[in-house]
Amino acid sequence: MWRCSGTTGSNVTGAVFLIELENIAYSYGGGELLSDISLKLSPGSFHFLTGPSGSGKTTFLKLCYGALTPTAGQVRIFDQDVREMSRDDHALVRRRVGVVHQDCQFLDHLPVADNVALPLMVSGRDDLENVSNLKELMHWVGLGDRANALPPELSGGERQRAALARAVIMSPDVVLADEPTGNVDWEMSQRLLQLLVQLNRMGKTIMIATHDLNLIRAAKSQVQARVLRIAGRKLQLAGADL
Amino acid sequence: MSVPTRIIAFVTGDAQRDRVVPPSGITARLTGFAAGAMAFLAVFALALSLASGRLATRWGDELARSSTLRISAPEAQMAEQTATALRVLETTPGIASARALSKEEQSLLLAPWFGPDLPLETLPIPQLIEIRETEDGYDAAGLRLRLQAEVPGAVLDDHTRWRKPLERAAGRLRMLGLLSVLLIAATTGAMITLAALAALAANAQVIAVLRLVGAQDGYIAQAFVRRFTLRALGGAAVGTGLGMAAVMLLPSASETGGFLTGLGFQGTGWVWPLLIPPLAGVVAYFATGTAARQRLREVG
Repeated sequence: MWRCSGTTGSNVTGAVFLIELENIAYSYGGGELLSDISLKLSPGSFHFLTGPSGSGKTTFLKLCYGALTPTAGQVRIFDQDVREMSRDDHALVRRRVGVVHQDCQFLDHLPVADNVALPLMVSGRDDLENVSNLKELMHWVGLGDRANALPPELSGGERQRAALARAVIMSPDVVLADEPTGNVDWEMSQRLLQLLVQLNRMGKTIMIATHDLNLIRAAKSQVQARVLRIAGRKLQLAGADL
Repeated sequence: MSVPTRIIAFVTGDAQRDRVVPPSGITARLTGFAAGAMAFLAVFALALSLASGRLATRWGDELARSSTLRISAPEAQMAEQTATALRVLETTPGIASARALSKEEQSLLLAPWFGPDLPLETLPIPQLIEIRETEDGYDAAGLRLRLQAEVPGAVLDDHTRWRKPLERAAGRLRMLGLLSVLLIAATTGAMITLAALAALAANAQVIAVLRLVGAQDGYIAQAFVRRFTLRALGGAAVGTGLGMAAVMLLPSASETGGFLTGLGFQGTGWVWPLLIPPLAGVVAYFATGTAARQRLREVG
């Protein structure tokens, strides 16, 4: 079993929460997409983020890892104000927040194993210990025998799992996944969910944006997950009726 | 890390880092070619510059160290005026030697114009005195005044009239050569910048992925900078080598060839073209670095 030996929020001085959003709003050129949203992500929590298409789930996740800056309110990531962070600070944050995008992008000229190891490579941590970890990680996501394939040769599900492996290889404190089961069948989405649940049991903070209610129901039997719902530009805690 | 260590580390590089940028094919090859062609041209501009510099010095030296005194006097007084002139010259500070040319020497000088058969003895040929100066030179105006008083038929020619325009022309030629080298360096920088921008634009997805997984700007920029710098360095080395070989194969300088065949490098002059490849590398390093950092700030 691949082991995560990473840090959690407890090592950040004085910060109880990994990511804090305070009364934030976000508007694109036209109108406001999100308004007056507050949320605090504590270490080890498991959240689902749901809502209709176009309600702003992806935007919300991007606000959480600093890819977007809110038009109003304050976002703090690891106790740092997003507005005061330099480009290099953002890069360092991304090493502690693993992100799985809806359309996972890879370096198409490098084999899957190298793509998964890319975060190690760019942070200068591609040492022997981590490389042996990589092999276990590839098996863990079921890509052990696909390590030398190029990303364009992978199926949708394989791409999602490779993206997940890449998101967790740095042993991040937080994993944000945007529709990780969007392009895969039920069996595969169950498998991806298992991976995320296991990560959560290792102490990682997980947030999954999805509109797949069956997936949320399946998760609730295994993990204590809170369900957030974006509706009418606001973020609500969804009821127990799911 | 000291500068040489950093340069060595940069050149030997990080193989992993190089792989994150896909092989850029035509862009990188064109960069190498452009750097090579520019280096080839730079070698010639440099050769021109150095050759005209040498020419200016040679003309200046040869003409500056000597003067001519011409004495036109009736046949009867010629010997006496020549002797007086020689005495005046010998007592003038700054003159190393003065020597009256013999009849034979004078007819040799005139032969190209009049032919060897002209009976010079029948013509009133002025007497020429060749003056060699010391390092410090002499006071031409003072000497003219003394000669005017003692040898009325003497005309002093210190060659200034010839020397100045020649030296000026050679100096201009040298400046043009250096200006060409500068323009070539600037053009190389511009071309490599364009190539780097094209490569950065073509690799937008690569940059997005690298940013997503936590690569800092310096890391991403370096991957591109290294590639283009090494391409420019390699291209310029080949271009310089070919340029130097071409200069070496030029016919060597000869009496009859004059200026054009003197184009080339001499002695320590051969060191100068060797500076072209590193210079191209430095230009590429800074051009690509600036382009990459600017581009990365724009893509957000």
